[in-house]
Amino acid sequence: MTKISYAQALVDGMRESMEEDKTISLVGTNVLGLGPQRPLIEKVRDDFPDRVFDPPCSEAGLASLGIGAAMAGARPIIDFGVGSFSLLAWCQLVAEAGVAHHMSGGQIKVPMVFTMLHGLRGGGGGQHSHSPQAMLWNNPGIEIVVPSTPKDVKGLFKAAVKSNNPTAIISHSRLLGVEGEVPEEDYFIELGIGDIKRPGKDISLIASSRSVITALEAAEILSGDGIEAEIVDLRTLSPLDKNIIIESVTKTGRAIVIDETNESCGVAAEISAIISEDAFSSLKSPIKRISRPNVPVPASPLLEECLDITAEKIVTAARELLES
Amino acid sequence: MTNSLNIEQNLAILDRMLLIRRFEEMLIDLDQDHDFGHYHLYIGEEATGATVVESLIPTDLLLTTWRNHGHLLARGTNPGRMVAEILGRVDGYNKGRGGTLHLTDREAGFLSTSGLVGGAVGLAAGAGFALKQAGEGNICVVFFGDGSLEEGVVFEAMNLASLWSLPVLFMCENNNSGAISAQEGGFPSSEIAASQISDIPKSLNINSKLVDGADVAAVHTVVTEAVSNIRSGNGPVFVEAYSERWPGSRPLWPEQATGVTQVASAWDESLLTGEHKEWIIEFDPLIRFIRNQLAEGLFSKDELFDRDRKIQTQITEARAFGEASALPDPQSALDGVFAA
Ligand SMILES: Cc1ncc(C[n+]2csc(CCOP(=O)(O)OP(=O)(O)O)c2C)c(N)n1
Ligand SMILES: [Mg+2]
Repeated sequence: MTKISYAQALVDGMRESMEEDKTISLVGTNVLGLGPQRPLIEKVRDDFPDRVFDPPCSEAGLASLGIGAAMAGARPIIDFGVGSFSLLAWCQLVAEAGVAHHMSGGQIKVPMVFTMLHGLRGGGGGQHSHSPQAMLWNNPGIEIVVPSTPKDVKGLFKAAVKSNNPTAIISHSRLLGVEGEVPEEDYFIELGIGDIKRPGKDISLIASSRSVITALEAAEILSGDGIEAEIVDLRTLSPLDKNIIIESVTKTGRAIVIDETNESCGVAAEISAIISEDAFSSLKSPIKRISRPNVPVPASPLLEECLDITAEKIVTAARELLES
Repeated sequence: MTNSLNIEQNLAILDRMLLIRRFEEMLIDLDQDHDFGHYHLYIGEEATGATVVESLIPTDLLLTTWRNHGHLLARGTNPGRMVAEILGRVDGYNKGRGGTLHLTDREAGFLSTSGLVGGAVGLAAGAGFALKQAGEGNICVVFFGDGSLEEGVVFEAMNLASLWSLPVLFMCENNNSGAISAQEGGFPSSEIAASQISDIPKSLNINSKLVDGADVAAVHTVVTEAVSNIRSGNGPVFVEAYSERWPGSRPLWPEQATGVTQVASAWDESLLTGEHKEWIIEFDPLIRFIRNQLAEGLFSKDELFDRDRKIQTQITEARAFGEASALPDPQSALDGVFAA
């Protein structure tokens, strides 16, 4: 095991995939945002100069380009940079990529990857902070990957590129610098398998992407109170590992679903509904959601902070549930 | 325009045009017996599709829109399985998941039949991107209407195709000027500020041509040159093929206003009655082609009748095949969302 950053792991996954499969190309190079990790992507360009493209600002056109290329047998990676920008390509994502296989009666496949960064990034404001995974999840036919650690992002990236379906890999700019252990040998992480990031018996904290890291901090604090929280990392929303959620909640009897998408029709809403349907009889207290409130993200750092999911918010909610 | 096609090619184009015409005439009738929701007919535009495919090779890729029947048939797609798809049956190409709007035949080279205005044009840039990378000399043709030029993604796709010299033939079928549909309250298919659609791509440095889409010889000349340019790696070409819109779309105007075509009306105008007589004489691409080819002695009238009869039999059988095909198993309603 070596310790590397999330950004490095993402780039390693990309480079190894491109090494293995000559039909993979990268269109768009803001995969690592505009922060300090940005230069790491240059290694991909150095290694594969003919397969890295800096396109014009044309999200819908580029999404179409990726989908059409995938239909024709290539495996493109289309990078939107900021998740908010994927909204310009919504029709292509949802009504072309997501439906093509089904609508053609299985004749057509769309084996491609979309990358983007979601969530609060500090000063992103109302048009650079979206977390589009819930909106995307509302549509069939698209795989959605929301990794929280360097190990997961690399393993899931390599699996996503091999998948024969359109797959959105949604990272978070505040995860890019986070370091973690990554296996030295070649590995994949199959889509649709969640991960217990910390075992516990008293309460399930179900999260994805950056919220997993925040939940781990909260679990540490709770442990000081003698409360053992179990951290369920969904890792992928589509396909979803329902079993890992149900098993954890059946064991603990309490659940907080933590997720950065907006509260209404968000990821936490969906997970809560699944728990209510499939694990209701195990519940000792109501399910609690910690999501982004239903307001656009404000520019003022203080106001933005108010919307963020913090370990403190999770700890408070957990204590309340355990007292109820 | 003088015809540079040889006899076999001309006969192949004649057969394709007859096949498309008879297929769609049958479809209007089929709709009386089965309610399948939508259809958009290619009648009146057949010369374009039937001729464009003549310049392609089997490994080329194609994309099209809701107005796809003619493109598929021209490329050799089985009409029986098309009827099955239109009726939502198991033997349909898309297993009943596509219907008339999304009829796709991958084996014939079709990647997508997008029902979203401009959708196929965006995807075509991608197909061109993949083909260019594969480097095997194949090209991609996308058929789309004038309305697509109203959509932003089309501009983006043309820009990308031009910047990256992608092997794409943008085949714009401009049927906006159709007098008949306008009379009947059919909507204009586009409202574009440019006075000529084929001028638009020029500003992106795309080689762009304008051609009478009902003139087989003219389409063939323009498209053959375009395809050879694209195949030699010179980037995309845009062709605007204009034609006069014919009736026939559902739900807006499900009616065969011009009647069932009689091939003999190419030389015997007395067979034509009704308000659209002049229109047929002047604009019907099938009648125009037959008239020209008879004059050039390509075939005899008997040979023409014979070909038409064979095709009509083929269409009768196609209809029977589609109608006999089973409905999908309701148990399969949730299948096929993800690829293995
Ligand atoms: C994105 C989108 N907007 C609107 C429509 C509704 N619509 C269907 S056909 C059509 C007109 C298209 O005209 P044109 O592109 O010229 O094609 P034609 O039918 O004339 O061949 C419209 C607006 C649609 N299918 N997709
Ligand atoms: Mg039109």
